[in-house]
Amino acid sequence: MAPTTMAQALNRALRDAMAADESVVMFGEDVGRLGGVFRVTDGIAADLGEDRCFDTPLAEAGIMGFAVGMAMNGFRPVVEMQFDAFAYPAFEQITSHVAKMRNRTRGAVSLPLVIRIPYAGGIGGVEHHCDSSEAYYAHTPGLKVVTPATPADAYSLLREAIEDPDPVVFLEPKKLYWSKADLELPTRAEPFGRAAVRRPGRDATLVTYGPMVPVALEAAQAATDEGWDLEVLDLRTIVPLDDETLADSVRRTGRCVVVHESAGFAGVGAEIAARVQERCFHSLYAPVLRVTGFDVPYPPPMVEHSHLPGVDRILDAVARLQWDDAPDTRFLAGVPA
Amino acid sequence: MTTQADTRTGTARGPAPAAPPHTRQAPDGTAAAAARLLPAAVPVRFLDDDGGAAPEAERAGYTAPTDDMLVEAYRRMVVGRRFDAQATALTKQGRLAVYPSSHGQEACQIGGVLAVRDTDWVFPTYRESMALVARGLDPVEVLTLLRGDWHCGYDPRATHTAPQCTPLSTQTLHAAGLAYAARRRGEDTVALTFVGDGATSEGDFHEALNYAALFHAPVVFLVQNNGYAISVPLARQTAAPSLAYKGVGYGVPSEQVDGNDPVAVLAVLQHAVEHARAGGGPYLVEAHTYRIEAHTNADDATRYRDRSEVEAWERRDPIDRLGRYLRDHGLFDDETVAAAHEEAEALAGNLRERMNRDPHVDPRELFAHVYAEPTPQLREQLGWLEEELAAEHGEEQG
Repeated sequence: MAPTTMAQALNRALRDAMAADESVVMFGEDVGRLGGVFRVTDGIAADLGEDRCFDTPLAEAGIMGFAVGMAMNGFRPVVEMQFDAFAYPAFEQITSHVAKMRNRTRGAVSLPLVIRIPYAGGIGGVEHHCDSSEAYYAHTPGLKVVTPATPADAYSLLREAIEDPDPVVFLEPKKLYWSKADLELPTRAEPFGRAAVRRPGRDATLVTYGPMVPVALEAAQAATDEGWDLEVLDLRTIVPLDDETLADSVRRTGRCVVVHESAGFAGVGAEIAARVQERCFHSLYAPVLRVTGFDVPYPPPMVEHSHLPGVDRILDAVARLQWDDAPDTRFLAGVPA
Repeated sequence: MTTQADTRTGTARGPAPAAPPHTRQAPDGTAAAAARLLPAAVPVRFLDDDGGAAPEAERAGYTAPTDDMLVEAYRRMVVGRRFDAQATALTKQGRLAVYPSSHGQEACQIGGVLAVRDTDWVFPTYRESMALVARGLDPVEVLTLLRGDWHCGYDPRATHTAPQCTPLSTQTLHAAGLAYAARRRGEDTVALTFVGDGATSEGDFHEALNYAALFHAPVVFLVQNNGYAISVPLARQTAAPSLAYKGVGYGVPSEQVDGNDPVAVLAVLQHAVEHARAGGGPYLVEAHTYRIEAHTNADDATRYRDRSEVEAWERRDPIDRLGRYLRDHGLFDDETVAAAHEEAEALAGNLRERMNRDPHVDPRELFAHVYAEPTPQLREQLGWLEEELAAEHGEEQG
């Protein structure tokens, strides 16, 4: 057992996958000699060969379309989009081709490729470097959308993503790259489509994923001072979604708060809230609440702390879960003029 | 690792190394290198507008295709045009949802697929139905999407033909990636990607040229400049001297050709394909041609162009020009022509008959190929659809 950061676990997963399968190649901007701006590919080009891990021109649609062609012809490309918002030039390739090739060819052509995207904020990044873009991808049928919250999951989910016959958008929470855990690699965790109960609890369920998992755990710890025993559910894979574990948890606790960093409007939390009320309505003691970033463009370093959901915002929401049958007054006044 | 490579051809594996910045060539060398990439000043042609011999200089040094190849091209062009007319008629009868005709572009459609081997890959747009039929694909399979079904109709792996691509120029990057992958494995596969004049304005076209050049991918870009992107003429698409000049900036050798001269189209494309197959990297060919019909059956071309313009291009008809050339050279007779038309009628009759049968499309299959294995959510939704279908069936029975 050794302390391992998420970035190191991802690096090891790439190395192990490339050693296990000659067809796995890694490419993107600055992933070669530099090892990526977050050093996730550190040393791979030198150790495994410059034809296995190579730099591309600065053109994200090009990276993506080139990967499609290689995946059509026997390779398993893993591409890196340098930052969340830098992936947008590749959006057409991702939504019109990556996501649809299997369907358009009636199953004849599958695209086993992985799109690695460092995402979300909390690192003092300037504009266009801190977007949470998971909802765009999760809304697109044909893509799997994965986001690890622990170094062990980072390793295991990336290995599984590379082995998966379908394209996977692999969202790496930037602020967790340097988070550490004692672990022995290789390791395998639960497969895609299985959420993890990070903290069991009886009174309410916090549903979250990626960068907000540690924050939710901190909130759950703080909640014990108020006498609340909160369960924390880490979705791990947004697509496929683990409806079963989600519904089981909320039926037990009767209360649910969804927490994510990205803007709330039309976000993943909206989908979770809808699914919970569809499946757990008769078990609920209170409406499902969402704690999210505001519906504003991701703010600059000087004010990002006001935007990001924190322990207090989560505990405020938990306090509004009608513990004494007192109605939540926040939404009674209607929309402000 | 491979770092010391022939910079002209790269290596069998991995990208070619870039020249270090301090070895920048002197301006003289740059100009000479650029000159080697530039297209001929006027489109290459072997035939004049009537099918007579064009002046020798206009051949720009290209080698004419074999006589057998030209006779074969004629046959496939006659069949291709009949297929196109039949598909247009079927659209008017409601059997196709939409059909983008390639009438007038037969030299490019047939020349493109004749220039490559069966083992090479073709990346078509939505206007390449004729080319795919000429490639030997089943016409009904080719028209699957256009008749309103949900998939491309044919097996891309078995036919080495990508799905007909609607998003403009996106498939050119797939061609580059696929060709590069083949080359890494030491195969001599070439990818031919079709693209239209309007699509050369899309970013993906430029990224594909750049990637193909940098990675020495054996890709031939065939730009069918048919004059219009739906209604927008080329003059509003680009200020470039011609579309073939877009190659030089990426280090891609380029050519422009009379796209209604089947001899020239084949001569240039065979050269381009051979260049790519031999390890020379990509090649860009602009074929100057004309879309005789409207963009699709849903378009009204009279709103943006004069009949006189269409008539001028009809006088440069590629089938007529090649026919005269073959006749002048004693390469065929009335019997050959009659046989080609007979084959065309047989294909059209077969197509009519098969397309007039109502296809059975099972909506349940919509869930089968979203992922290799349907997610629990898709399985659940399939169940809901099956309940709806059963209820509809019950109503019909009742």
